[in-house]
This record gives sequence, C-alpha cells and structure tokens, in this order.
Amino acid sequence: MTKIIEPSKQSSIFRRPSSETGIWSWITTVDHKKIGIMYGYAAFFFLLIGGLEALILRIQLSQPDNNFLTAAEYNAMFTMHGTTMIFLAIMPISAAFFNYLLPLQIGARDVAFPRLNALSFWIFIFGGAFLYSTFIFGTAGAPEGGYLAEEVGWLGSAPNGGWFGYQPNAGMKYSPGTAMDYWAIGLQILGVASLISAFNFITTIINMRTEGMRFMRMPVFTWMTFAVSFLLAFSLPIIAIALFYVTFDRKFGTTFFLTEGGGDPILWQHLFWLFGHPEVYILILPAFGIVSEVLPTFSRKPLFGYAAIVFAGFGIAFIGFGVWAHHMFASAISPVAQAGFGLSTMVIAVPTGVKIFNWLGTIWGGKLKLNTPMLFSLGFIGMFVIGGLSGVTHSIVPADTQQTDTYYVVAHFHYVLFGGALFGIFSGLYYWFPKVWGKMYNESLGKIHFWLMMIGFNLTFGPMHWLGLQGQVRRTWVYAEETNLQFWNIIVTVGAFIIALSIIVFMVNWIFSKRNGEKAPFDPWDARTLEWTIPSPTPVWNFSTAPIVKSLDDFWHTKYSEDEDGRAVRREETDQMLLELEEDGLNPSEHIALPNPSYFPIVLASGLPFLGYAVIYKSIPLALIGTVLLLVGGFGWGTEPLEEEIHLDSDE
Amino acid sequence: MITLYTVSTLFLIIVDNINMLVKNIFKLKNLRFLALIFLYACIENAPLDSLSPEGPYARSIDELFWLTFWIAVVIFLIVQGALLFSVFVFKEKPDSPEPKQIHGNTKLEILWTVIPVIILAVIAVPTVRTIFDLANEPEDALKIEVIGHQWWFEYKYPDYDITTANVLVIPADKPIRLEMWSNDVLHNYWVPKLNGKRYLVPGQTTYLNLHADSPDEFWAQCGEYCGLSHSKMRGRVLSLSESDFETWVKNQQQNANKLEGNSLAAEGQQVYLNAGCTQCHVIDGVWDVQGDRIAPNLTHFANRNVFAGAALYNTEENLSKWLANPAEIKPGTFMPNLELTEVEINALIAYLGTLK
Repeated sequence: MTKIIEPSKQSSIFRRPSSETGIWSWITTVDHKKIGIMYGYAAFFFLLIGGLEALILRIQLSQPDNNFLTAAEYNAMFTMHGTTMIFLAIMPISAAFFNYLLPLQIGARDVAFPRLNALSFWIFIFGGAFLYSTFIFGTAGAPEGGYLAEEVGWLGSAPNGGWFGYQPNAGMKYSPGTAMDYWAIGLQILGVASLISAFNFITTIINMRTEGMRFMRMPVFTWMTFAVSFLLAFSLPIIAIALFYVTFDRKFGTTFFLTEGGGDPILWQHLFWLFGHPEVYILILPAFGIVSEVLPTFSRKPLFGYAAIVFAGFGIAFIGFGVWAHHMFASAISPVAQAGFGLSTMVIAVPTGVKIFNWLGTIWGGKLKLNTPMLFSLGFIGMFVIGGLSGVTHSIVPADTQQTDTYYVVAHFHYVLFGGALFGIFSGLYYWFPKVWGKMYNESLGKIHFWLMMIGFNLTFGPMHWLGLQGQVRRTWVYAEETNLQFWNIIVTVGAFIIALSIIVFMVNWIFSKRNGEKAPFDPWDARTLEWTIPSPTPVWNFSTAPIVKSLDDFWHTKYSEDEDGRAVRREETDQMLLELEEDGLNPSEHIALPNPSYFPIVLASGLPFLGYAVIYKSIPLALIGTVLLLVGGFGWGTEPLEEEIHLDSDE
Repeated sequence: MITLYTVSTLFLIIVDNINMLVKNIFKLKNLRFLALIFLYACIENAPLDSLSPEGPYARSIDELFWLTFWIAVVIFLIVQGALLFSVFVFKEKPDSPEPKQIHGNTKLEILWTVIPVIILAVIAVPTVRTIFDLANEPEDALKIEVIGHQWWFEYKYPDYDITTANVLVIPADKPIRLEMWSNDVLHNYWVPKLNGKRYLVPGQTTYLNLHADSPDEFWAQCGEYCGLSHSKMRGRVLSLSESDFETWVKNQQQNANKLEGNSLAAEGQQVYLNAGCTQCHVIDGVWDVQGDRIAPNLTHFANRNVFAGAALYNTEENLSKWLANPAEIKPGTFMPNLELTEVEINALIAYLGTLK
C-alpha cells in the first residue's frame, strides 16, 4: 500500500546499506525513532551500571570503618557513579526522549540532520565504551611518593578524582596512572556527541515545525528541548576547553591548574562549575517538559499558565549561567562574591517556584487519572519541592559552609536529579510506552514500581539530610564509629536496595509488556499533542500528511469543545475523526521520501576513541588509525546524498 | 534619586523587621515541639554535628539555618498539602464531571511570583550580613596557621613559635584567626561546632575564624575530597581555659630531652635516629633541622591524644599497628613501611610515650 521507494544503491562510492530489519538496520539507521530507542536502551544500560556502583558504595558505608572496598576502589566507584549517571545515563536518556518525540511533537518527519543525529549517538556509544575501557586498560595508584598496602585491582583502576575532577588532586602528581586521562578524554568525546545533537535539535525546532506550529503553540516538552539544547551549546565548550587544559597538564607538562607553574587550581573550579551548573538544568529541564505533558493529559485540563511555564524554563536556563560559584562558597572566593552568588542563587528559586505552582494549578480542579505516568509526575512534584527547598538553604551562604561537601548536599541533589529528573523520566517512559511499542504496559506492575521506588528513594536520600548536617562528609570511604552515624547509614543502604528492587519490577514490566502487552490504541490517554494523532507504534514516516496546527493543544481542541461553564465537551464528530485519523496514519497517500541509512556516521564516530587512546599512550599509529577512520567516514559521508533520488513509478 | 533611596531604605527596614519578627515567632518555646519532628530523627552525641553550635560563629550560622528551615517547612507544607489535597479531592470518580478548561490566572501567577521574592528578600538580608560578619577579622584574635597535607593538618603558632599537628589547641572564649594554605591538593577545614568550612588551597591563603564558648574537645574533618585517605584526614580542636592554655604553650616551647642510658625509651630514640624516621619527622632538641619536614613534628607527640591525621587514638596498640605498616591504615600515606622489628616498634612506642 505504501509507496516508499527502495533507494537506489549506486550513487555513493560505496554501496548504501539497505537492511530494514536486523542488526544492520540499527547500525546504519538515521531514523530519529530508532536512534531514540537505541539512546534509551544504552542509557538504561549505563543507568544499571551506575546503580550497581551505587549499591557497592552503599554496602561499604553500611558499617563504620568497613573494609568491603579499599580506598582506591571506593574512590573509583563514586567517581564512576557520578560520571556515569550524569553523562551516560540521565543526559542520553533525555536525548532518547528528544530524539523520539521532538519531530513527532512539531509534526516533522525527522530531525534537521538525520545523519548527524546518528553520528552523535555513535559518538556517545564510543565515548561511553572508551570511558569504561578504563577498567581494562586504566591504571591508578598512590600519589607520587605515597605508599599502598596492596596493589590497586581492576575495580580501582577507574578514574578516581571525582566527577568534578578538582585540581590539583586529579592532576598527574596526585592521581598518577592513566585512569584520570580516560575520564578527561572520555568526557571530551561525550561532549562532542551532546554538542552535535544540541545544534541538531535547535535547527530542527527552528526550521522543521509543521504549518501553524508557531513557537507559542509548541508543546512544553519541545520548549524544554529547545532550552536544554541552548544550555548544551553554551556550556559544553567551557568544559571542553577546561578538559583540554587538564589533558595538557596531565600529558604534556603544562601547568594551567598547578600552583608550582603559576597556575591556579581555583580556575578549574570556576570553569568546571560554569559548565557544571547549567549541566544541572540540562539534566532537570527535560523532566520539567515531560511532567508538563503528563499532568494536563491526566488532569484533562490545559497546562496552567503555559507562557509562564515556558518563560520560567528559559529564565531558569538563563540565570543558571550566573550561579556557578554557589558550588564554591567554602572555596577561595571573597565575601562579595559569596553575597552576589548567594543572591543570584535565591533568584533562581523564583522561576522554579512559578513552575511548581503552575503545575499545582494544572491539577487543581482537574479530573485526575492516577495511573503510573501520573503517579510519577505527582511524585516528581513532591520530591522536587524537597530538593528545591534544600537548594534554597544552600543559597544561605553561611549555612552552606556547614552543608557543603556533606551528605546534606548528596541528599539535595538526589532529590533534584533522582526525585526530579529520574521520576520525570520514568513518567515519560510509561507515558510514551504505547506510542513507541504499540502495546500497553502493565498498570499494576507500574504502580508497584512507583511505590517501591518512592519508599526506597525516601529511605535512601531522606536520612542523608541529617547525616550530612550531623557530620558525614561526602566521598568518605569510611567513617569513624564515634561519629554515631551508623544507624541512618544502614537505613540508607536498605533503601538503596529497595530502589534496586523497584528497577527490577520496571524491567520485568517493560520486557513482558513489550512482548505480551495489550495492543495500544493510537491515543490511549486522550492526549493533547501531535504524537498522539498518529498510529502506535509510530510508522516509519511519522505523519502520512503533514499536520496543520491551529492552536496550542490542537489535537485536544479537535476532540473537545467547551460548554458555557468552560467544561470540556466531546465533539459529536470526534469518534469518526479518530477512526479516519488512524486509517490515514497507516496509509500515506503521498510519496514520502525519507533519509536513507548510512554506514558513515558509525565509521566516523569510531575514529574518536582511537584518537583518545593515541593521546593517552602518545601513540602515532593509533592516531593514524583514528584519523583515517575520521577521514573515511567524513569523505564517504560527504559524497553520498542524504536522500537517494527516487524514481517514482507513478504520478510525479 | 532621593525617592529611590528612600524607598529602598524603607524596604530594607521593613524586611529587617519582618526578619526579626519571624525569628522571634519561631523562638517561642511553644513552637519548639514542631522541631521535635525533625529533631527526633537527629543523632545524639554526633561529634561532627553542625546543629549543636558551641561558639558564636557556629551559632550565627545555626540561627540562619533554622530561620530558613522554618520558612522552608511552611512552604513545604503548603505545596505538599496542595498536592495531596488535589490528589484526594480531584481524583477521578465515576461521576466526576469534565473539568473546567482553565488556562491560567494572571493575578495568581503574579502573586506566586512576588511572594517568593519577598520571602527570599527576608532571608537575603541576614544572609548577606552574616557573610560579612563571618569574614571580618576579629579584634585581638590569636593567629594560628593551618597547613593542609595529605592527610593531616599542621598547626603553627607564629606568636609562640610552636609547631604541632592533628590537635589544634586554642584558648576558650577567645577569637581565633586561622590563616590557611595547602602543601599539596585542596583540603577543607571543618570544625562543625565552631564554624563552617573553608578550603585550604595551594599557593593562596584563606581565612577562617573560630571561637569556642568554653573548654571542650571538638572534632575536625577535612571536607574536600583530597585523595585516597580523605576520609581519614581528621582532627581535634582542644579549647583550654586561659591558665591551662598558658601551661600548654610553655610546655610546647620546651625541647625534648635527649635520652641517655639503656632504657627502652632510649633504645627507641636510637631507632628514631637510625631507622629513617628523621627523614621526615623533627623532634626539637633531639634531631634539629632547619626548615620544614613533610611529616608531623613529634616533639610533644605524647601530649596529643590522636595521631595519623587523628585517624587513630594515641594508644600503644594503635601505634604498633601503625608502625608495622602505615599504608594499611592510611592508603597512599607518605610514611613508608620501614620493616621495623617488633623489638624496634616496642622501643619506639616507649620513646614516643616520653615526648610529653
């Protein structure tokens, strides 16, 4: 029935890939949906690894003066836990949502640069693999002149300077071996991936919106994608430069951050947090977007104060660049700087508060359907508020000098990034599950997952507040028995394992429902945005005809009108319209040209880890291999068209 | 301009008074029971407890924390209350009508933008004031230098010409001005009961004020991750009455006596001199060297109740464990395993015990 034409395979110097199923179809795909799914699975895999590292940390801390891990292993574990969760789990899982949903929400057939999209995915995969290859190839040890009682095993041969890599501790003298090089160069590679997708999404949103999809009609999730992409585009170059400095300090004897050569270790903190604080919003804004989609749908009400939520999002993103030194209140900065950054940090609470209140306004007076995505979104509000309020206590600079570097901070940012970002992400995973797989997830398992995670989460991170206030410092391999901290540490460890259990429930639900779930209708939630106007699972071509948008929440308004009280009333013609929509969605009436798969993104991306190894081991042959792969990938890419010419058999 | 000035001054006065009002309301005894909910969870006798201040600096921080805490509690209750209320009241029931399609309410939205701004202004004023109060150098303060090493704190008293480690001895009820820097990586000096934290940075001097109400012992801990044995970089602060402090100073200014004869302690002194300890450790009067050594000055070792970066109590058992293999206790330590025999270790312990 469909008239998608097989591409001709000759126009490039190499044969073009043509598999539509099987492993090659995934490796060569440029389809934003397939890339999104791969992003999701890869990110979830790293989430599991990061979680495993967290459990290992918690076993070590369950007892005072425990020796389950050596110091070297513990330091490697907390460094990798942070790095993994931020760069390899939450960021890419957000990228999964962006990839899959962004084109659907703006009525497009793909992103602006499909092959760049594939490239950024493969760079992420190679970057992650490169970083984790440290467990095989990396080395770590005592600082120059120091002694260790036992050799560092494979578990300790990972980066150990913290995800924040503070200098000079993460420099060569104090962190010898290659592990920290893997960290610096690994993050560099991952940054390339994020930068590419940021520009891709910005271009897509600006250029690929369907007819009538004005900016102020875009779904909030799309808006947040837009904000995050700008944050990435402006903040990643800063960390890229800082990481180059670190790499040069470590490998080529420069002294950007080393006092003995006239450098300044505090400079690293400024550069790192000038990236690192926007990074926090990079992690949380996608969840804001997801929640802003889920709440109206399950409340059957429009988002309360759409414009305010959008502008608050951008306000947060903008002010987010002016608060970085609140990570350094105890560091060597002056009281004037402390006061300034304390105040700017307070200011950022205002737009955040606006969002919270507007979400509450959205559910207020609604008709709340409490199924799993909604539960996670409501849980998100509850938990994020706690994280937000403890965040305000950090802006009270004197109080922060007591709290910083303690478990109070660990509690704070896990309430923001787990209770916030991850709850939002789970909400989204359940919400769009039917759209991606065409099946329904199991509601009971979903609710078990939510409640287990809610309980486990609060048991894990709640007690950390007073553990921190009462003296447990961060990154502490052991704590003395006399500190009297053991009781809550045991509770925290138990909580962590409850979270692990809830993740198992989630995985069972996912695997089972994907295979045997009920067939999903194309609009199971009676939703509001464009992705629900097309069949489930999404067909390859997304929209059989480009949709025309007449208002915000256009799909809802085609289904419902309002009576004189302002209550929603289903239109008479709605049922008929929905039937037609589904019929049309499955049977495109026009020729649809889709970008063709390509080998070259993965080829090009595979060059980067070789270049990384080349720097670490100062090896010319490895550099040559990397360069050749980059050149071959780039050349092949440049000589093949995005879409092969289609030789149509009929009308055109 | 004058109007602007008047308005801003008035604003500050109002904000200031609201702040006083809020503070006083929450100081009322009958509201204290609310605190129990939170305090119930708190640990008793935590030596690193930042919630039990024992000096004016820590107390001013504590007051600020509780002010913010109570405001946060109110907001928390409002938001979670509204959330739970909505969930229970607006939950879908079989007879629920379709909801009204409300798109927003400008007045409400302005209200919940402005109210947080006012609340934050109330917090901001005392915050900024306390920032500068804490940073000011107090008058008549005793100056002590704190030098961070991987993984122990060294203390120097320039006024008294004293060098010591791990235990900071201060006079009670007197302001102390710490001048701090690091010898290697970043460290972070924290005595939670006396003040907040402050980094020790190589190549820069940072400052921190301490003030203990009365004679007592406090725990210190390095806050900033500083490598393998970061968690074992601890310390003690001993505040002494004025006379005790003077006695302590006098004692610290004495050199150690060179032991003669055949006692076990004298044998230990020979071990100290010959086994390699002198490469890094100074004992004034026994092994005098110009300049600093990279390890703690041992002249008054027995006077300190902890050693090895305050990771161990100064007992014979701990000392023999430590001397047998330091890296076993503090991974990454710069103190080598000198392969001492049991006899040598016992002699050393006896000798160290004489260094009062």
